[in-house]
Amino acid sequence: MLAAKLILEQGIVVEGLNFFTGFCVEGHTHAIRRQRAGRLKRNNALWVAEQLGIKLHIIDVVEEYKTVVLNPKHGYGAHLNPCLDCKVFMVKKAKNWMEQHGFDFIVTGEVVGQRPMSQRKETMPIVAKESGADDRLLRPLCAEHLPKTLPEREGWVDRSKLPGFSGRGRKPQIELAHSFGFKEYSQPAGGCCFLTNEHYTTKLLDLWNHKGKRDYELDDIMLLKVGRHLRPRPHFKMIIGREEGENNFLQGYRDRFTHCYPLSHKGPFALVAGEISEEDVALAAGVTARYSDAKAEERVEVHVAHLDGRSASSVVKPLLPEDILPSWYV
Amino acid sequence: MKKNIDARHLLCPLPVIRLAETISTCQPKDEIEMLCNDPGVLQDIPAWCRVHGHRITAIEQNPLPIRITVLVA
Ligand code: SF4
Repeated sequence: MLAAKLILEQGIVVEGLNFFTGFCVEGHTHAIRRQRAGRLKRNNALWVAEQLGIKLHIIDVVEEYKTVVLNPKHGYGAHLNPCLDCKVFMVKKAKNWMEQHGFDFIVTGEVVGQRPMSQRKETMPIVAKESGADDRLLRPLCAEHLPKTLPEREGWVDRSKLPGFSGRGRKPQIELAHSFGFKEYSQPAGGCCFLTNEHYTTKLLDLWNHKGKRDYELDDIMLLKVGRHLRPRPHFKMIIGREEGENNFLQGYRDRFTHCYPLSHKGPFALVAGEISEEDVALAAGVTARYSDAKAEERVEVHVAHLDGRSASSVVKPLLPEDILPSWYV
Repeated sequence: MKKNIDARHLLCPLPVIRLAETISTCQPKDEIEMLCNDPGVLQDIPAWCRVHGHRITAIEQNPLPIRITVLVA
């Protein structure tokens, strides 16, 4: 936001690019859960574009991004976040877009030393070099700590009017934001990406382990964002809606998964990922009943529908809290 | 010309991405009608249209699905 504003202030036309990887936090989860209905379900990138008065292009990179997540040349950060490869990938995509649309250089909001992995002084040239953007990649927030780029050498951008931020502190950036009159200041700190989230990446690793290979489809990674994930047996996992919005979302997958829901009481919609035997059906029904409004009752009628078209309702006793083993939680 | 987008199975920002893709094949004054289930579109589609200069001519949300009509700039 600030980087783009600094360049706009120098009379240069700027348009925004936002890459949708499938791991983006905002949008999806905020929209799914009704519990958060009071919160504004806005897309932050669009909100920033409106504040700046620029166009924003949201680009679907889900398929291409898989290679970044699955085989990052520079490895992962604290979780499964391949930040350095991710930045190289995005700047490369931005470079292609720039060339196709007649723009001259790329601006990013990185600050030297702000992040442990991808924004160290040594790693910043890697992004410029491996993306092919080279000296057409300008980081206006910390330009003075880096070699001059083409837009600065050509006089398109006056480096003396750019701040020389460095390090982890964000106070000077917040002050600059205020000086521009921004009351709210949107600055991602990894919080916009599920790959930095320990709970999420634990579920992603579980998915890979049980698939027997490191791979995913968009639906797989969407479902990891929703519901309670329990693996009562090694061969099947349950995804259990926690509230109405999640139940509605999970129902959209009823043609692709065995699923369970209580008939006699209000309760969750649950997907079952994996093959289940007759014995497992009773267990899955008992788990579903456990998270229904009737968890303290003796008898709950639960409907179980299989992928092959078989379906049946049965009366089960909800599992007790101690029956749900901590090891089941993914 | 009138075009339709069925985005009922998509969560934000995918409906916005599909709208942008469809608009790239449209002429000015074409009309696009979208069907969506994700309430996030009530924010995202109007915001995206504002920054790109397209006009929302109707939004109906009751009953579901949400129905949004866009006039291409
Ligand atoms: S935190 Fe940001 S840079 Fe790191 S992997 Fe996620 S989107 Fe990419």
